Amino acid sequence: MTKMMYRDAVLTTIAEEMERDENVVVLGEDVVGGMGTPGGPEAIGGIWSTSTGLFGKFGAARVIDTPISESAIVGAAAGLALSGKRPVAELMFADFIGVSLDQIWNQIGKFRYMFGGKTKCPAVIRMAYGAGYNAAAQHSQAVHQMLTGMPGLKVVMPSTPADVKGLLRQAIRDDDPVIFLEHKALYGVTGDVPDDKDFTIPFGHARLSRAGEDVTIVSTGLLLGFCEAVADKLAAEGIGCDVIDLRTTSPIDEETILDSVEVTGRLVVVDEAPPRCSLASDICATVANKAFASLKAPPQAVNPPHTPVPFARELESAYLPSADKIEAAVRKVLSYR
Amino acid sequence: MQLSREALLRAYRQMKVIREFEERLHVDIQTGEIAGFTHLYCGQEAVAVGVCEHLTEDDKIVSTHRGHGHCLAKGCDVNGMMKEIWGSREGLCKGKGGSMHIADVDKGMLGANGIVGAGAPIAVGAGIACKLDGKGAVAITFSGDGACNQGTTFEAMNMAVVTKASCIFVFENNHYSEHTGFEYAVGTQKDIASRAEAFGMKVWRGDGTDFFSVYETMREVLDYVRAGNGPAAVEFDTERFFGHFEGDPQRYRGPGELDRIRELRDCLKNFRRNVTEAKLLDHADLDALDAEVLEAIEESVRQAKAAPRPTAQDVLEDVYISY
Repeated sequence: MTKMMYRDAVLTTIAEEMERDENVVVLGEDVVGGMGTPGGPEAIGGIWSTSTGLFGKFGAARVIDTPISESAIVGAAAGLALSGKRPVAELMFADFIGVSLDQIWNQIGKFRYMFGGKTKCPAVIRMAYGAGYNAAAQHSQAVHQMLTGMPGLKVVMPSTPADVKGLLRQAIRDDDPVIFLEHKALYGVTGDVPDDKDFTIPFGHARLSRAGEDVTIVSTGLLLGFCEAVADKLAAEGIGCDVIDLRTTSPIDEETILDSVEVTGRLVVVDEAPPRCSLASDICATVANKAFASLKAPPQAVNPPHTPVPFARELESAYLPSADKIEAAVRKVLSYR
Repeated sequence: MQLSREALLRAYRQMKVIREFEERLHVDIQTGEIAGFTHLYCGQEAVAVGVCEHLTEDDKIVSTHRGHGHCLAKGCDVNGMMKEIWGSREGLCKGKGGSMHIADVDKGMLGANGIVGAGAPIAVGAGIACKLDGKGAVAITFSGDGACNQGTTFEAMNMAVVTKASCIFVFENNHYSEHTGFEYAVGTQKDIASRAEAFGMKVWRGDGTDFFSVYETMREVLDYVRAGNGPAAVEFDTERFFGHFEGDPQRYRGPGELDRIRELRDCLKNFRRNVTEAKLLDHADLDALDAEVLEAIEESVRQAKAAPRPTAQDVLEDVYISY
């Protein structure tokens, strides 16, 4: 085990996979940073420091600094993947996905199906998502809800440095296209990471981060930590919570959720995207359909409101699900009837 | 450079296959037996064949919604394509793609595409892969005068120049983007190639109704890109003999326009006149090929009609490799 930050887990995993497989290439805006400037290549090294040093190590042919052209970045990743490469493309901010949506939604996600299963598109599209930096409506969104609904894509949302390592390596080695969502407020979080250069975490396998028999809490990414804090606080009162980290929203580990609800009978889903047609509403519906007889209270969803992400500190705090809001939802399902 | 007799016969046959494949589709679509949207390439055959006759399976192409010609020219199986368009589970894409999504990646055909302008960025990626592999292969994107107005095409042209991708932008100017005229929708009002030039690419121009013009122009373009000079662009002026889609009433056409272009701008007639006047081939050679191609198309339709249909279970297959 090595202690490292979430962002370093991204960087080292990419570097290790580039070392292992010469077909792995990186592309994106400022993944080198400083190209064409007096400062020269690597003057920046990627705005999230998730590609620092790759250019020096692997060269311009495999670390491709692109213009600000999201459609062309994802499109190029698609063409590279259809040509036998394993591109790891960075979109910088998940919010920029709108610019490139056709290439994600109509192209990489559909090639295999439209072409009758006779091809593969092993592209990884990484992007930083999420609120917490007062970056306002176009630099703060959680976009998994839209992507999870797109057949053909796999969607990954790691919450810890170790999960970054195992899931990103799986994403790069996976033969299907993968959207890899990194929460920007987690980049500086530190944790133990396995040293094994073949450590992978299979998709569709949730992680039980807290165990208890009274309430099931399901979440992903940054909010998972809030859920754990609530579970730890309630444990002191003798209330036990299963906290399930989904890790991937497509595929989704329904079995772990249903098994847990069968025991607890109470469900709270905590989701950073807006409430309508959301991951939370999807999971609540699944549980209502498949575990109705186990339920002791109506499932609760904790989402932001149906608004864009606001700017001012007070507004963003009010917008995001918080430990207090999660705790209130847990107490609500506990006190039902 | 003079083409061999075999090369001439092959080029004519390829163009004739595209022509008869689509003339037959035009007839069969009207019976209602073929489902969905179909966009015919007839009239532009010299471009697809004049480009693809230079290519090997290592070279990649990315096509458009009007893609049958590119697919056939790049080597996709006629019977597999006909079965696909008829929706059979034995089709090239198991009946999941249909006319607008035919692909054969093993042959370097990275897909027709239902989204106008979506192909160019994909070709840039394929062109970067060609450059990485260092074997002199190229990636070619076909775009029309419609796709040349899409932002994706602009992004792709700039990205190709910046990354020095081994990529060629082939613009087929058939004067209509769907039902709208070139002079209205393309702001340059004169050409497309000048746009590519403005992005920093060397450009060529040729007559897309003349196989020899396309073929000789492409020889220069390919020599330039295969030598590692980065991307290039070429514009071919050509004609679309049918509507935007099958069923298009084409009320936008001028009086006598279709008769005129079929008479004066038909690449097959031009080819036949050229090679017979130059005594490279005689009419009997070409007549024999015409008959052979017609029979091959008839056979592909027989096979497509008899081929097994997909089942409800097939809906669920081929979404992921593992899930």
